[in-house]
Amino acid sequence: MFNVKPNHMIKVKRSQRLAFTMLSLAALLTVIILFGILFYIMSQGFSVISMEFLFTEPRSMGTEGGVFSAILGTIYLVALVLLIATPVGVGTAVYLNEYMPAGRFKNIIRFSTELLAGIPSIVFGMFGFIFFVLMLGDYTGGFSILSGALTGVMMILPVIIRASEESLRSVPNTLKEASLALGTTRWYTIKKIVLPFALPGITTSIILSIGRVIGETAAFLLTLGGSLLVATSIFDGSRTLALHLYLVAMETGDLQMALGSGAVLIILIIIINFTAAGLFKLLVRRFST
Amino acid sequence: MMFQKVRNRKSNIEESVVKKILLIMALTSVLSLGLIAFFIFMEGLPFMFNYGITEFIFGTTWDPTNQVYGIFPMIVGSVLATILAIFIGAPIGIAVAVFLVEIAPPRVAKVIRPAVQLMEGIPSVVIGLFGMVIILDLIRRLSRGPLSEFLPSTYQTGYSVLAGAIILVIMILPTIISISADAIRAVPKEYKQAALALGSSQWQTIYRVVVPAAKSGLIAAVVLGVGRAIGETMAIIMVIGNTVLIPELGWESIFAPVRTLTGNIALEMGYAGPEHRQALFATGIILFMFIIIINSITIVLRKKEY
Amino acid sequence: MKKHHLLKVTGIVALLTLAACDSEDSEDATATNEADEPASGDAESSNDEEASNLEGTVTISGSTSVQPISEELAVPFMEENPDTRIEVSGGGSGAGVTAAQQGASDFGAVSREIAEDETGIEEYVIALDGIAIIVHPDNALSELALEDVTDIFSGEVTNWSEIGGDDTDIVVVSREDGSGTRDAFTDIVLGDDELIDTALIQNTTGGVAESVANDPNAVGYMSTGSMSDSVQGLNIDGAEPTDENIRSGEYPVSRPFNYVSNEDEPLSEVAQAFLDFILGDDGQQVVEDNGFISVD
Repeated sequence: MFNVKPNHMIKVKRSQRLAFTMLSLAALLTVIILFGILFYIMSQGFSVISMEFLFTEPRSMGTEGGVFSAILGTIYLVALVLLIATPVGVGTAVYLNEYMPAGRFKNIIRFSTELLAGIPSIVFGMFGFIFFVLMLGDYTGGFSILSGALTGVMMILPVIIRASEESLRSVPNTLKEASLALGTTRWYTIKKIVLPFALPGITTSIILSIGRVIGETAAFLLTLGGSLLVATSIFDGSRTLALHLYLVAMETGDLQMALGSGAVLIILIIIINFTAAGLFKLLVRRFST
Repeated sequence: MMFQKVRNRKSNIEESVVKKILLIMALTSVLSLGLIAFFIFMEGLPFMFNYGITEFIFGTTWDPTNQVYGIFPMIVGSVLATILAIFIGAPIGIAVAVFLVEIAPPRVAKVIRPAVQLMEGIPSVVIGLFGMVIILDLIRRLSRGPLSEFLPSTYQTGYSVLAGAIILVIMILPTIISISADAIRAVPKEYKQAALALGSSQWQTIYRVVVPAAKSGLIAAVVLGVGRAIGETMAIIMVIGNTVLIPELGWESIFAPVRTLTGNIALEMGYAGPEHRQALFATGIILFMFIIIINSITIVLRKKEY
Repeated sequence: MKKHHLLKVTGIVALLTLAACDSEDSEDATATNEADEPASGDAESSNDEEASNLEGTVTISGSTSVQPISEELAVPFMEENPDTRIEVSGGGSGAGVTAAQQGASDFGAVSREIAEDETGIEEYVIALDGIAIIVHPDNALSELALEDVTDIFSGEVTNWSEIGGDDTDIVVVSREDGSGTRDAFTDIVLGDDELIDTALIQNTTGGVAESVANDPNAVGYMSTGSMSDSVQGLNIDGAEPTDENIRSGEYPVSRPFNYVSNEDEPLSEVAQAFLDFILGDDGQQVVEDNGFISVD
């Protein structure tokens, strides 16, 4: 590599040192990018945050007032999405893993799930707009939390299914077989042995999928509607913090207020990540051992 | 287990009911996919046939007001931004994964791992906002300053493939890192031990043994990154300029403003004119095709691994 | 023992749901409190009696240019009629028409003339709006002829020096296809000419303002009612984009703000009341106060 001809060992050592330096630099760069973004958003947006900002409703398209209705909108949406997606997602995983014999049908479900996971969120958004908002508008309330949530459910189902399946697969077969050998039914075994064992993994995946819903914009732009009012039911239009940030930044150009919502969002995401990690440890200690 | 018989009957009923409910749940995702595909194809496909598939895909003018719908510039835009993002992101991502698994002392790894996870959680609009203010400004300074002699003035605005690619890199890095790290971790320890025992240095072991052994996993990670990059929307439209024009060939093209397929939908979706909307759904079909191809590659690669 | 654990998990989910419900309840409570107080304490609110009968939701979706004024109009109306909700969302002029045609919203908001093929809708002009041609505050120019604007946006003129400015290339910023602002702008300024194909495209008013505010060479266009100090609006053919000039037509680039509703479905009582409020004196005052131009 070099024109100098040191003996072989030195050359090897030198190239190793060079390679390791490059690799560490890559890691350092990643961390710098992350903290750069966090620092920028927090330093610019944090000054906007106050009790008033958090607990008053936005006015003038979000250039005045706070983000209260967006915070509530986020909570409602996340709650509704999880309420639907958790049982369906975990149920699918249980069925695939515990009941379904291997075969073409199983492959079809797996393939659909994988494909669903790969669909860009804007495609979910355009589907949700046509199907939930326009076609089923009489039942969903048109632009509404319900329309947004149903779109969101489709989007995060694959995430929950995949993660739940992974957790279920990690349950030792010997445990299951022991339970079944005692004459219990399959469902009893699942209920009492498999699910509790897989619980930590499933819970973490659900909490992390909250992050996905909170961060999503494209799928909700044309399904939630973006009303600034506090929603009183799931048939009302609403907006999430991420959508609020986008609309404020792009519609009004008021970057200061947008950065304020950005800072709130970042804090939320950090809390969620730490909760997920903490809860995982806690649940593993309780259930899996 | 005391009331075995009563329980048995009861639990048999429970068993079959539960099984049916679970089956219905399992069908939800198939149904979702079917619905989405059905609607997008139903809205877009007739339009594509009427307009002419070749004219639609290879047409270079997009002018809905005059019923001209060619999406080739958007295909080029998506592909350019994605290639550049992968070109920058894949080496960095794999490098970080190698560092994380093979080299980093536990204390350092403990910082990087949650950092990567946190990065994955940052909402794309936040990254977009960061890009709009910071990255655009940097690129504008670069292209109006030292590069101004080489670039046409329309390439000096900051809004560019490069800006889009940088945003994409930030978004796909976590995916590439975590999946590559899994793949590297899955390489049997014996391989490494054998290589080290033969007198290879740690680095020789990594790039001669570990990386080749994890190859299909690493490629899967990159392909997944490609999928995410092509699908990203909101952050991209904030920085890429959305101009419907095929950039000139050459290195300058990374400074050209372009529009992506996803951007095309997001920008104009919701706009009436039934035909215009159908054209956007047809854009969705093309996007769908890209995703199916990319996913099939990932699935094949993953199968190889097991 | 295990049941106990499962309970805890359901507990977590329940807590989440509860948290959601809780805040909703308390919000409701405060909302009614606020509404009650002025009603009982304020002697001036004389028309409270007839107004308080109204209840229901009005949904408006469509043009993002109309959105701010819709929201400002909603505030006094909802204060007067505490049991009503005016929900305003965006989507674009086209989405507004679709929403009205399909009955997904009570009103669609459209920031341009209604096209001939957009049928099945009733239209109401709620305000007028000028479209300002905007440049960076540092741009030496303060005035252009309408022809120059046409030349810039069609690509005939590509350097500021050709029309009396600095020797820098012009960066054209436009709105996306389907935007009401763009449609109106195209009709008036471009006519049969095509927009220059190298134009940067932003899909929002704020996006255009942001692009122009950050680039000394840029030119764009946006609603006069939404303009801030970060950009400079040019005089066109010697006329400043002021209310009087726009209403008199002396400033040539303007468009109507329309609400459209489904032709076959009569307006709900609340929707009709809201429309009456907008077209009445109080509503038009709000229009004026927010920098748009009232209609007679």
